Amino acid sequence: MTSASQTRTPADGAQAPPAGLRPGGRASSRRAETRRKWYEIIGLTTPALVVYVMFVLVPMGFAFYYSLYRWRGVGPPTEFVGLRNYVLAFQDPIFLDALRNNAIIVFGSLLIQGPVALGIALLLNRGFRGRSAFRLLAFVPYVLAEVTVGIMWKLILTENGTLDALLQSIGLGGLVQAWLADLDVVIWTLLFVLTWKYVGFAIILLLAGLSNVPQELNEAAAIDGASWWQIQRHVTLPLLGPTIRIWMFLSMIGSLQVFDMVWVTSVPAVRSLGASATMATYMVDNGFFARLWGYGNAVAVILFGISFVAALLFQRFLLRRDIEGAITRKGK
Amino acid sequence: MAMKRRAAAVLALLVTTALVATGCNGGGDEETDAGSELYKNPVTLTWWHNASQDGPGKTYWEKVAKDFSTAHPTVKIEIEAIETNQLQRTRLPAALLSNDPPDIFQAWGGGEMREQVEADYLKDITGQVKTEVADIGSAAEIWQVNGKQYGLPFRMGIEGVWYNKDMFAKAGIAAPPTTFEELNAAVTKLKAINVVPIALGAGDKWPAAHWWYNFALRACSVDTLKKATTDRTFDDPCFVKAGQDLKAFIDTKPFQNNFIATPGQNDPTSANGLLANGKAAMELMGDWNRGTLDTVATDKAALAKFLGWFPVPAISGSAGDPKAALGGGDGFACAKNAPAECVEFLKYIVSPEVQKGYAATGTGLPVAKGAADGVTDPALKSILEATSSATYVQLWLDTAYGSTVGTAMNDAIVAIFAGNGTPEKVVSAMKAAASK
Repeated sequence: MTSASQTRTPADGAQAPPAGLRPGGRASSRRAETRRKWYEIIGLTTPALVVYVMFVLVPMGFAFYYSLYRWRGVGPPTEFVGLRNYVLAFQDPIFLDALRNNAIIVFGSLLIQGPVALGIALLLNRGFRGRSAFRLLAFVPYVLAEVTVGIMWKLILTENGTLDALLQSIGLGGLVQAWLADLDVVIWTLLFVLTWKYVGFAIILLLAGLSNVPQELNEAAAIDGASWWQIQRHVTLPLLGPTIRIWMFLSMIGSLQVFDMVWVTSVPAVRSLGASATMATYMVDNGFFARLWGYGNAVAVILFGISFVAALLFQRFLLRRDIEGAITRKGK
Repeated sequence: MAMKRRAAAVLALLVTTALVATGCNGGGDEETDAGSELYKNPVTLTWWHNASQDGPGKTYWEKVAKDFSTAHPTVKIEIEAIETNQLQRTRLPAALLSNDPPDIFQAWGGGEMREQVEADYLKDITGQVKTEVADIGSAAEIWQVNGKQYGLPFRMGIEGVWYNKDMFAKAGIAAPPTTFEELNAAVTKLKAINVVPIALGAGDKWPAAHWWYNFALRACSVDTLKKATTDRTFDDPCFVKAGQDLKAFIDTKPFQNNFIATPGQNDPTSANGLLANGKAAMELMGDWNRGTLDTVATDKAALAKFLGWFPVPAISGSAGDPKAALGGGDGFACAKNAPAECVEFLKYIVSPEVQKGYAATGTGLPVAKGAADGVTDPALKSILEATSSATYVQLWLDTAYGSTVGTAMNDAIVAIFAGNGTPEKVVSAMKAAASK
């Protein structure tokens, strides 16, 4: 343990006694074990650390560096502008629209997916005929590639598409909207499609959580005379807390970074008008298409900052109990 | 013994290769003298183009590359066909930036090429392509920066209105409109027979923006347009006038419903699809439209029969030259450090024989003189005629001004189409973007 005892030992390897005999006693064997542990730690984490540093930390550093330049992606960045790109972003009404849209998706996803998924998961947790088929159906959208789902819904929601025809045929023609073209409607359409796709993920997580709730507790509650509803409310739900909080965390981060579905489902014009832009699509539209690489990097850093702060706050206030001891230090 | 001799042979081979390699490097530096080094050593040219994955264009480029390799066995050509947006916005800039660009790649000229030249990415080919440039004529200027040639076009054409002759006849429109008054009258007549007068793919932004470009072309004098391209100044009131004219035109409701979400091309629900499948009477589009209409048409024979083309109508009493036209093209450029064979291949692409074959694919209009014989389609033929009689061809404004100003301009124009923009905001957005 102490570095002093280690440095004092002359030439560990040369003097090492043959295995099995170890007259040196416990101290030296513990030292060897400690050293072995460190080799293991270094050997096993190095590849992952290298990848993490190379592909996560270094690019993040570069993104911040580039964001301080007025740079169009041609030649090396030379025109240092400080925080001007950040100021410009927060002055652009379209970026503010993108922020608003992200907020709608974050809260919309939590408020709609949460209750729906919980209800379906509780239902699927009961035994009934065709339960596994139903489970499969609920999960299918999540397994499909995001681009596939996007194109599918684009075809369904397009003008005079499947949905419009369906509504008209059942006498609800009055409800027909320009789902993807009406600038006030499109974000809600996207929220619906995202919900359709990701509610399956919430259901699977909650089902996994439910299977960890000991059956004995339910039985005990039943013996005490609790109804099914009371059991769910007072036994199952509290025990499901950690799972729900983890799902909320994942959903929130995913909603902040949503890109593919918006990119595929909504056309460039509608995005550039701010009606369906998210921070991520705004970043690509400006960074690559308008060729404002420095500015695009600034938007990327803002997106990272918002996600990071949201994640920290969430961990601090909601996940604290669940991850205690794992990341945080206990006591002392 | 045998072993030793083989080893010696291998060693000799290695030494020779090394010598050849160094010789190659030495020769590469002096480009004027490259002629003597040409085709001596094996080279591989990587070629990035944007021909669509399932069109005749891609097959044709494969044939061109194969023919060139057959004629010059030392040259191997590796082709990659990349979707335009990916190619132009991400793949190419990243490859150029990382000093590992393809040898020969798509170049659109204008503002973007100016930036690439300023960053020293492109090979100056002025000396080697004098004959080709003379043959192509003024269209080659788009691929020049400060009087030096950095690329050559293989396709060039002007924009006009593609229309359905059958619908025009049915609506009682005797001749294609030559002024905007006549166009407005045609729109009214087409509405009377219950068809969409003009298909518009505003979803992709640029198809909508092109209407504004044409109003600007009619409102601004040629000198003003030229000055705007070089100085990036947009103070002339004609740019605001363009937006006002556009607004008045949109107010006549000539487009289909919800055009703000309609894509431009590539699928049946696009503006292309509406015209190609007899659901709309007109569409404003460039010369490549003949090929893209074909890919979305359910009945190609019917399309060939009803399709016609006329130039963008004039606006009476405006400052602009009524014979001026908007246009653009596709070309290729060689990377700064590409082997000398790259320029030879570029020259081969624009040679009359290859251009003739290109014209026959119907994917666009050729630029080389004599290649026009390959054009058989009547609509394309009328574009050729109009191109040769155009007094001035203005490059697409978004290409001419570069991506940053171009994107801001297109976004602001789309806002007018969506009903929440103003003619003044287009100009202010362009100015703001120029300093961004």
